[in-house]
Amino acid sequence: MYVLIAGGGKAGANVMRTLLRNGHEATIIEQERDRFERLEQEFEHQAMLGDATEIYVLEKAGIRRPPDLVLALTGDDEDNLVICQLAKEKFGVEKVIARVNDPRNQVHFDLLGVSPTVCATSSILGLVEHEVPEHDLVHLLELRKENLEIVEVQIDKGSPCAGKKVEKLALPEGARLISIMRDGRAEIAVGATELHPGDQVLAILEPGKEDELRRVLLKR
Amino acid sequence: MKALIIGCGRVGSTVAKRLAADGWNVTAIDEKEAALSRLGEDWTGGFVVGHGMDTEVLRQAGIEEADAVVVATDGDNTNIVIGQVAQKRFGIDCTVVRILDPARADFYAQRGLRTVCPTSTAIDVLTDAVRSCEIPRDRQEVAT
Repeated sequence: MYVLIAGGGKAGANVMRTLLRNGHEATIIEQERDRFERLEQEFEHQAMLGDATEIYVLEKAGIRRPPDLVLALTGDDEDNLVICQLAKEKFGVEKVIARVNDPRNQVHFDLLGVSPTVCATSSILGLVEHEVPEHDLVHLLELRKENLEIVEVQIDKGSPCAGKKVEKLALPEGARLISIMRDGRAEIAVGATELHPGDQVLAILEPGKEDELRRVLLKR
Repeated sequence: MKALIIGCGRVGSTVAKRLAADGWNVTAIDEKEAALSRLGEDWTGGFVVGHGMDTEVLRQAGIEEADAVVVATDGDNTNIVIGQVAQKRFGIDCTVVRILDPARADFYAQRGLRTVCPTSTAIDVLTDAVRSCEIPRDRQEVAT
């Protein structure tokens, strides 16, 4: 596989190292001279100095082949967006992965159809949410293309659904329960599954239906 | 008619003042508060401090009611992204974006963004200026 990496920071350099170790072919582009020189010592001719949002730089790095995968991992969200748009729409690269530095910019990546994206800050926030008990509904996974998300809900004693069967719940349209975790064991949620206080329920739903789901399961 | 000017430097501020003089209701956005002084002491239009990539800042500046958006910050890629946000998210047809790199300006123009490339303009003007100079006849053969 041939991979083009834009951005030679910690993420870029580590991905580069791993790809080469696994026998792939890769080029890494970095625009800061100091960083580039360090990369060049390690990766030699496979490191390139330049601005990866410039078309001639991408061409020199072999974007016309085209690569199987382009990774936009710079510290600038604007740059990552433009790199992915150029790769996909100008050069026909089939797969891109973009890093989102500021989670507030995620909406722009979604708007411009650049996916998948990786955002360290959002991941950390997700984990924090998971650790904080007052968060009754935890986002586990977003399926952007499908416009669905998977959440976890903790059922407690006061929950209106405790003691009820799944088929008796007035779940919002566009929401389904996937599984119930009880005493360390998971089972698939079917119509006859009864919910108990202490259950951890996985649900799949359309983004924006969280409050309706909360009302049915938690009455909050 | 309402216009939003994103990036209030030499170019943005002058465009803002000209449109205001034409009777537009103009709001300028810049990251630095000091940019307000470029608009002059008698500026009666709006001014919002913030980054143009921030949708909240755009809303605060009234992008939802805007008829025209001019994007002229000092970063090409920033302008490209903000321009597409104005066009695609807020549906503003008259979105004009400054892009200094001719190659990127061309590519985004093909994709339906109204791009203005001062570099290409400078290249054309400079070349034409030289072509229009009168060179003495005895010097004309030097190149050949």
